[in-house]
Amino acid sequence: MINHFLLLHTLDVHLFLHPSNQFYSQIMAKTLFDKVWDAHVVHSIENGPDVLFIDRHMVHEVTSPVAFLGLKQRGIRVKFPERTFATADHNTPTINQHLPVEDPLSANQLAMLEQNAREHGISYWGLGHQKNGIVHVVGPEYGITLPGATIVCGDSHTSTHGAFGAIAFGIGTSEVEMVLSTQCIMQPKPKSMRINITGSLQKGVTPKDVALYIISQLSTSGATGYFVEYAGPVFSEMSMEGRMTVCNLSIEMGARGGMIAPDQKTFDYVAGREFAPKGQDFDKAMNYWSTLYSDDQASFDKEYTFDGDKIEPMITYGTNPGMGLGISQNIPMAQSLDGGVATYKKSLGYMDFSEGDAMLGKKVDYVFIGSCTNGRIEDFRAFASIVRGRKKADHVTAWLVPGSHLVAQSIKEEGLLSVFEDAGFTLREPGCSACLAMNDDKIPAGKYAVSTSNRNFEGRQGPGARTLLASPLVAAAAAVTGHVTDPRTLL
Amino acid sequence: MAYEPFNTLTSSAVPLPIENVDTDQIIPARFLKATERTGFGDNLFRDWRYNNDNTPKTDFVLNNPIYQGKILVGGKNFGSGSSREHAAWAVYDYGFRCVVSSFFADIFKNNCLNIGVLPVQVTPEFLVEIFAAVESDPQATFTVDLPAQKISIDSTGSACSFDINGYKKNNMLNGFDDIDFLISQSQQIDAFAAQSPL
Repeated sequence: MINHFLLLHTLDVHLFLHPSNQFYSQIMAKTLFDKVWDAHVVHSIENGPDVLFIDRHMVHEVTSPVAFLGLKQRGIRVKFPERTFATADHNTPTINQHLPVEDPLSANQLAMLEQNAREHGISYWGLGHQKNGIVHVVGPEYGITLPGATIVCGDSHTSTHGAFGAIAFGIGTSEVEMVLSTQCIMQPKPKSMRINITGSLQKGVTPKDVALYIISQLSTSGATGYFVEYAGPVFSEMSMEGRMTVCNLSIEMGARGGMIAPDQKTFDYVAGREFAPKGQDFDKAMNYWSTLYSDDQASFDKEYTFDGDKIEPMITYGTNPGMGLGISQNIPMAQSLDGGVATYKKSLGYMDFSEGDAMLGKKVDYVFIGSCTNGRIEDFRAFASIVRGRKKADHVTAWLVPGSHLVAQSIKEEGLLSVFEDAGFTLREPGCSACLAMNDDKIPAGKYAVSTSNRNFEGRQGPGARTLLASPLVAAAAAVTGHVTDPRTLL
Repeated sequence: MAYEPFNTLTSSAVPLPIENVDTDQIIPARFLKATERTGFGDNLFRDWRYNNDNTPKTDFVLNNPIYQGKILVGGKNFGSGSSREHAAWAVYDYGFRCVVSSFFADIFKNNCLNIGVLPVQVTPEFLVEIFAAVESDPQATFTVDLPAQKISIDSTGSACSFDINGYKKNNMLNGFDDIDFLISQSQQIDAFAAQSPL
């Protein structure tokens, strides 16, 4: 992380640019992203990508087996096992984790990760391990996630870790193999975007709503090719958990990642966690982390500003996360959109919704709270704030899936478990669960699920399943009323 | 992974004029339990291609024998969503060597380049031309010329250039992968790692 300063010294710009020069500050000004990226470039290839050094690499069972196989075929070993962390999450059951996994293919994939981790000397938090959980939940919990670090994982929601001022992004399996074998990745530097949210959030409006609002404004591909910085008072006020939710969803507008400048809240969160620096090393690191912000004069390739006061609880109505609206609004008419009418109608057909429909009052069959987007303790507190003293609607099946054992433990310690049980809910064991429905947690065909997860693609939560993405508050309101309900009426 | 070099390709095309085709459509998550990279072609576009009882959906393009070829043409924002390289493997395993669209999601594009499938981004207008050419003649052929970075409609001669960074282009032309290059950088990487605390 000290490379940033070394790089500055190797640039001879100070010979012809003096700080008194009026252009000096503009030219030397860097974005938060530039600072972290530039500090990790091992080598730049002309007319090609940068060779980027990766500080920490997280691995899970689904996207790693072929990468480990590649290493075996090349006869090489993991270069830095101490920078590599493995957990099982995507393909794990969320009940009876103490029993052998029934599905032979899933069991094989889990066994393979365990074997690969053992062979290469990598920390492995498998099923039943007290540190097991969703990779993007446990990373921050154990201080693997640090400000100013580069973090990758074979999962697109790696963007979550950007909440700490890290450059974190999802990679494919060929790239997982690159990082395992060389701790580096080849990446062209993306363009920069800043999204400012001014003002403050209304009661009942959560970080998830902020993210779904931004995506609805930019579309599902509006930030493709960019790395996003989120800035402004709404994010400064936001908890670390909330910042993780927002950064997590960066990929849903096409951005490789999103980040927020670290502040005292970040440092306080990181301090004392197992894999974070300790004592003098922490102080030294914090001195560096404190320099990680976009300079006043830094310029962005694209910049958006939205008014936080205007955001209402959000919900999606279609088959990509950009198809979202304020919960009190009606589904847009096809002719009001720019192009893509056939795709739009196909999407509404899949959902069995009509143009102009109100979202409020739509019947809900399933509710899922969990995932790397909204599976943290703050999300379960929000869910509890609405279900406390109420009862689950009879026709609703609800799956409450904590992001990790630590989250599950907090739920119990804070007395939320009895709140849930009194209201007719049960708590499952940690994992990705119905977010991608690789395990048995599948929403049946044709059923409507209000989910706190990240994707409403066709069949994402099970073949034929219909997903409405929303916040934990909206999910709770649906769980107790049995239909899409404005959570502000229940707070 | 080393793969077959890509130079020029002349082939008919399979049209999929749908926008925002996401990786969950290309290969649904329930098929990601394999621990090898082959065999995913059977489940490419599984839920668009097959009914729940595993009978083929006759109105889906891959089930229409009129449409064949090594080029898949999709609507804008092709490959959005998950980072699963399995999506690119499924495309390759099915027999496609090139995917054409007016816009690609980032990770999917990278994954394709890493396994020898060429993503060709054309203008929205040229994409319309391609779809029209296939509609009027399903056997219409297209030539993808990687050295010249150009794709043309053979019957009309109409062409569109496409971007690819020089490094990746060289890799595709030679079937090289990044790991060989990165391993050759070991000394520099070791020096870098030594001064980067964990």
